[in-house]
Amino acid sequence: MSRTTDLEELRRGTDLIKRGFARMQKGGVIMDVVDREQARIAEDAGAVAVMALEAVPADIRKRGGVARMADPGEIREIIEEVSIPVMGKSRIGHTKEAEILEAIGVDMIDESEVLTPADDAYHIDKREFTAPFVCGARNLGEALRRIDEGAAMIRTKGEAGTGDVNQAVHHQRNIKGAIRTLVGMNHEERAAWAREHEAPAELVHETAEMGRLPVVNFAAGGIATPADAALMMHHGCDGIFVGSGIFGAEHPEAMGEAIVDAVNGWDDPERLAGIAEGIGQGMKGEANADIPEERRLQGRGV
Amino acid sequence: MVLTAGVIAVQGDVAEHAGAIERAAARHGERVDVHEVRTAGVVPDCDLLAMPGGESTAISRLLGREGIDTEIVDHVAAGKPLLATCAGLIVAARDAGDPRVDTLGLIDVTVDRNAFGRQVDSFETRLEVAGLEEPFPAVFIRAPLIDEVGDGVEVLAEHDGRAVAVRDPPVVATAFHPELTDVSRVHDLAFFDRE
Repeated sequence: MSRTTDLEELRRGTDLIKRGFARMQKGGVIMDVVDREQARIAEDAGAVAVMALEAVPADIRKRGGVARMADPGEIREIIEEVSIPVMGKSRIGHTKEAEILEAIGVDMIDESEVLTPADDAYHIDKREFTAPFVCGARNLGEALRRIDEGAAMIRTKGEAGTGDVNQAVHHQRNIKGAIRTLVGMNHEERAAWAREHEAPAELVHETAEMGRLPVVNFAAGGIATPADAALMMHHGCDGIFVGSGIFGAEHPEAMGEAIVDAVNGWDDPERLAGIAEGIGQGMKGEANADIPEERRLQGRGV
Repeated sequence: MVLTAGVIAVQGDVAEHAGAIERAAARHGERVDVHEVRTAGVVPDCDLLAMPGGESTAISRLLGREGIDTEIVDHVAAGKPLLATCAGLIVAARDAGDPRVDTLGLIDVTVDRNAFGRQVDSFETRLEVAGLEEPFPAVFIRAPLIDEVGDGVEVLAEHDGRAVAVRDPPVVATAFHPELTDVSRVHDLAFFDRE
């Protein structure tokens, strides 16, 4: 017996579909790429998705000026090249860049502080889109505001393009620590916490009851080695974004594959030792402590 | 007796499958221990296995690198049940028509990867599934379609006239994600409804 009929219309762009897409990325590594050759290398290394960019964050930092959405033609080439999902970055609050990315067929949009913000006060109303969004956050209040706006995935902001994992750790500890605090609170204390941290009360209660963010939580911003990736998994992240760390490394193929293996084997030090051996130099990077406040990207869009 | 369940966990929505297995077992009065499978050596002890949704290229590469692939083949050859969803279906198929995925040939079907298009084309709907009394809330995310169905493979559900759920004992495979909703009836079907 095998007959089947559709009993109702198909529904697209629902929260279940958008958050479900993010869930399929769990345990994976999403790699920044600037052209189809890099996208090919990333897919071969075992990336779960690629982030199509004009320049990696380290180069954006060096270059200065206004950083914008990548050329749609370049993104299309990357979409044609790989079978895995392709993500793209829009500026914070730039609804039109996001619409263009959705129209090209980008699978997830990163409303990203790495690009120059287009709106000082508001983020994109992400609920209006069929494509899912990922947004950065430094703490739980920020994360829940983004989820309230419709984000289907949260990533730490870290400090992009530095190759220094310090800020990603700091942000993930903030988020996890605040969730532990909420879990130990009663209803009215959670409500007070929501007011104090400018977070939507309903999401605060939901997070407290689940004991985790209601959407997938990735690490991003400064992850440059297999050990860095394993460290972020140790801190309870669901997966990893690697920006400049792959193609800024001496041997991108070896580094990409090693970071994918490290995310799978993050809790086994002996395996990590084997994975991290002989893969060449990581990106040079720039220590977070040496970066003055005005050159930090993480304060954009809170 | 406590059943040992494994969820292939090299990448994908593992916790969702673990939860669905636990709910299905509880309804059938079975006790189950669920283990995440990220390395070789776990599968041989498993009574039942789930291969989750995720990215089939990443999953198939890691299964090969970790040496889990042959253990899954042995599990199915021994007649022990496996549920494979979405990317899991692609990896379990005889052929995915794409050299980027090493399929394991656990079920006699060929699949068309991402046949439904990109993420904006992903959808949810209710499907009639053979063996289930009520329509099932099916979530399709960048889903594959099943092309050729071999002899001895039972089609459990279709969408627009194309197979989206099949049974090739001891394997049940779906193009959609039964682990994403609270209704764990497909997990019942794969693991506990068997005669």
